[in-house]
Order: sequence, then structure tokens, then C-alpha cells
Amino acid sequence: MSRLEDVFRKSSKKALLMPYITGGYPGMDGCRRVLRSFIDAGADIIELGVPFSDPLADGPVVQASTQQALADGITTDDVLALAGEFTNQLPVVLLVYYNCIYTYGQDRFLEAAAVHGLSGLVVPDLPVDEAGDFVAACHVHGIDPIMLVAPTSLDERIAMIAENASGFIYCVSVAGVTGARASLGDNLPAFLERVRSRTNVPLAVGFGVSGTEQAAEVSKYADGVIIGSRLISMVDAADDLESACRNVEEFLNEVNEVLK
Amino acid sequence: MTVQSRFGEYGGRYIPETVIPALDELAEAYEHLRQDAGFRQELDSLLDSFVGRPTPLYHAGRLSGELGGPKVYLKREDLCHTGAHKLNNTVGQILLARHMGKTRVIAETGAGQHGVASATAAALFGIPCVVYMGEEDIRRQELNVVRMKLLGAEVVPVYSGSRTLKDAINEAIRDWVTNIENTYYIIGSVVGPAPYPAIVRDFQTVIGQEARRQMLAAEDRLPDEVVACVGGGSNSIGIFTAFLADDSVRLTGVEAAGEGLETGRHGASISRGSKGVLHGSLSYLLQDAYGQILEAHSISAGLDYPGVGPEHAFLHDEGRVKYGSVTDRQALDAFTLLSELEGIIPALESAHAIAYVVKHAADYATGDIVLINLSGRGDKDVHQAAQALGIME
Repeated sequence: MSRLEDVFRKSSKKALLMPYITGGYPGMDGCRRVLRSFIDAGADIIELGVPFSDPLADGPVVQASTQQALADGITTDDVLALAGEFTNQLPVVLLVYYNCIYTYGQDRFLEAAAVHGLSGLVVPDLPVDEAGDFVAACHVHGIDPIMLVAPTSLDERIAMIAENASGFIYCVSVAGVTGARASLGDNLPAFLERVRSRTNVPLAVGFGVSGTEQAAEVSKYADGVIIGSRLISMVDAADDLESACRNVEEFLNEVNEVLK
Repeated sequence: MTVQSRFGEYGGRYIPETVIPALDELAEAYEHLRQDAGFRQELDSLLDSFVGRPTPLYHAGRLSGELGGPKVYLKREDLCHTGAHKLNNTVGQILLARHMGKTRVIAETGAGQHGVASATAAALFGIPCVVYMGEEDIRRQELNVVRMKLLGAEVVPVYSGSRTLKDAINEAIRDWVTNIENTYYIIGSVVGPAPYPAIVRDFQTVIGQEARRQMLAAEDRLPDEVVACVGGGSNSIGIFTAFLADDSVRLTGVEAAGEGLETGRHGASISRGSKGVLHGSLSYLLQDAYGQILEAHSISAGLDYPGVGPEHAFLHDEGRVKYGSVTDRQALDAFTLLSELEGIIPALESAHAIAYVVKHAADYATGDIVLINLSGRGDKDVHQAAQALGIME
């Protein structure tokens, strides 16, 4: 049984709290402390990003954090190890662009991910038609390949994605890149219904979720709420790490309340 | 026949799911339109009356004399409207965009030639056009920025990453993902996710088809070698494709060695790169051990790209095309040489192809025929060349 699906199944919350931070941002120790704030605020699953030089699915906020992490010398190995510090407390998934896996060596990467106890991998530039080998290899290592589905996905693609999915399905809320948005649009419920009717795998919504109201709205239709850019912006805006963590924790606490 | 999506193991569609339905739609539209007589006619008519095709095949007599061995012919893509081969592709893609009912086009540009060609094609049909261009390239290619603006395009500076072509492509893809319903992305080279590498190749293949015919008319035989510069690789694929089946014709791609391959400051993805995924396809890349993309370096903005089209990776592995490289210095020398000997100021990109033949002049037998693709003219480069050559105070 997938550890991720298990967490979704056993939870009594309307939707799980799934915060994201770029691995090694702000600094290795800073990131560690932000991750602890996530846990203190009631995070159910953590999503950690592997910095990549060309993150084409990401908006300006995440881009800037990955560039900073790379400038600080953060490597894939560092992020794998950092994730490993938390995987005994809660499930951790990595968000990792395909070239970081390809160049590391797919099997070697999955082996390392398994050693560090990772539960799933989100690969934003590996659509289902290119993911055959990857999905099979993930299963060998007991890791869930997290499939992404977009509002533009036609029904037959959703079916194909559902067939390959385990852990959860990452539902991209709007056509676009990551980043906090004022509105998620009126089409979200219909889109999620199209996905829901084709799978039993839990659905998590990400891209653009920025506040408690949106989180509450999303929790009506989805099983998990992913928040990233908003948290990174809060870290960016804070005077020091102390207040960054405090602000993040307070904000996530509020979000967590509406998800209960 | 479906549009080619893989070249051996290379190519593919490594791109966010949001874009995949648009790529399917594009492939379907292209499959249908390329067999449509009306579309073909529309395109041929524009190539003839707007782009200025066929471009001449020119025997570079004084250059040949100087080299002492090979007889050099230049395929004069620099005489295309807007000054480079890029318009062959943008005219084709703007027709695709129109047939698909798209109301806005976007493009990326490095040297600015593709941006100008996109802006030109968009102006021709009154379609709004946004061009993404790295801040570093905007500085280097000011003339082309002005041209794009005159043509009515919006030029958006890109400040992320290395602030050059690769980052402009990232930004164009981000725009596309966000505006996927109404926007057509005009990719400028044989890169990106399928079906783009095949579409751009097909629209550029006219270069080689003409050159092959012209060569047979001029010499009653095929050339011994065809040489072209390779950044993303569209002018080279454009001239190579018509000769792929001619086993007697050597095909040579010339990459930018920048300050020297050994310095690490170059743009030679095939000569010095390794396999990886960038901008939607698997090909050769400049990257570190963790797959972080490295900055490319070349005096020529159009060759300043850390990747290469997937079909080139395939042709390299197959051994059908040989890939060499020349340095900034050698390209500059060829830039001067061609200007002085032939009255043709080449683009710094194309000067790389000239430089390769100059560098290897001694290896040719007397009477060997070499066909060089002169992919663009050098007006855009005069400021930079003047600085590098110390012509201006």
C-alpha cells in the first residue's frame, strides 16, 4: 500500500495540507527550519523541490528561489539527504525536473530516493506518454510516480494519466506556471469532477493556491491542497529566518484550520 | 504519415501536461495542412514574392582562389527578406497559426533574427506578436530590437538565468502555458518538443532543395561537402536534409568553440556536451554532473545556446553528419575575409561555417566543391565586430 494513499485514507480532514519549499532555500539550515514550521503547523505531506537551472513550469517566485539555491551550491544529493531527515515523520515527495533524474541516472536516482525514504516524485516536464519507463522503475523502488493533470487535458488523456497514477494525482488548477493567484477560476470544480470520475487515487490541487479562502474552496472538491509560491514569498519578505518561520507557521495554521 | 517525433532515441515531448493537448493539435493541423495543395500554394507564393526565393547559389571565386584548393559556393540565405533563413520558417508557421485560428503569436530570439522574422510574418497578417529576448542579447543586438519594435512586435526582456536564448525559450514556454488557448508559439529552430523539430526542419528544407538543384545546374554534379553552422541547428538541417541520401556528399556542422573548447566557454553541445533533456526534447546539452544547464559562450548570439536540435544528435550518432567547431577568433577572421574578398558581410553565425572551410583548406583536393550555407547577413553584427576587431575608437 502506498504510504501517500494511506495518509489520505486515514485522515479525517477535508483535505490534506501539502506545503512546498525549494530544497536548500533559504540555505540548508533555513530550509530545515522552514520544514519544521510546516510540520508544526500540521502539514500532512511535504513537497520539496530539487533546484534546477531551467524550471519552465515555475513562475518568478519559485524560479528565484531555485536560482538562489543553485548559487548557494545546493545539489540534488543535498536535497535528497535533507528530505531524508524528515521522511520518518511524514511522507515527503520531491518535485524534480526530468533532466535532474536523467543525468543522475534514473535507477541511481530512484535508489537514492528510496534509501532516503521518499514517498513520491513529481516530475513536471514528464507527461504520461514519456513516463512509461519511469513509472515502472518507480514501482520497482516502491515510490509513487505522481502524475500531473491539467485543465487542458482531454478526457482520454485523463484516463491514461489515471491508469498510471498512484499516491495522488497533482491537479494543476489553471493553465499557467506556479505562483499565487487571486482566483482559481470557475472551472475548477468541473475539471476536478472530470478527473474524479476516472480514478480512485486522491486528488491534490496546486498552482496558484494563495490563501485560506481558496484553500477552503479547493477542499470542497479535492483531497489535498498544495501551497508553494505564497510560502516562499513569505520567506522572501521576512526580515530574518525567525520571523519567516513564524509567519509561515501562522499562515499554515490558519489554512490547516479551514481544511479540518 | 504522422509527423516525426523521435530521431532515434532523441526528441520527444518533455514538457508540462498543460501544453500537450496544444502539441497534439499542432501535429494534427500540420499533418493535414502539409498535404493540402492550397496551403502549399499559399506558402510557395509567399516564399517567392515575400521572402525572395529562390536565393542565389554564388560561386565565391576570390575566396576559392585565396584558399587554393576547394571551389567554394555560397547558398545566399543572407539575401532572404529580413536578412537570414529564419523567415522561411516563420512564414510557414504563421500560416499554420492562422489555419489553427490562433489570434496571438509569441517567439523567442537570440541574435534577434528569428524575432525579426516572427515580427515580420506577424505584421504580414496583422497578428499581435510578443518576442522574448534575453537582456544580454538585447544589449548585443540592439539593431534587431529596434527592427522588431518597428514591425509592431512587443519585445519582452528576460532577466532570468543567463539572460540569453535559453532563458528566452523558458519564458516563451511559460507564456505559452499560460495563454495556450489563443496563442501560437513560433519556435525558431529545430528544437523544442515534438512536433516542432520536424516542422521547422520541413519549412527550412527548401534551402537544400534549391541548392541541390542549383548545384546540379551549375556544375552538373553534387558538391563534395556541405558546411553549415549549428546553434539550435535550423539552417544546417535546412541545407543538409536534401543531401542526406547522397552518400557521396560529406555533411559538416560547425559549432561555436567560443574562447576555445578547452576553456569551457563555448557553445559546442555536440562536440563537448552530454545527453539530456532541455526545452522539451532529449538531445546533447552543456550541463554539469547534476544536469544543471551550463551557460554557452559565443561571440555570435545565434550560436550561444547550450543545446542542439534532436535530429542533429541523431545524425551525429549515426555518423551521417560530422560536427566540428571554430573559435570566436577564427569566426571573426572569416567575417573579415569574406567581406574583403567577396563584398559580402556575413552574419557572425555564418562566419563560423566559412571559418571551418578556411581552417581546413589544406585538406581539400583541388577541384573539390564545397557548398557553404551563408545563413544570414552581418549588418546586425557590425558594432560587435568593430569592437572586437578594433575598427572603431
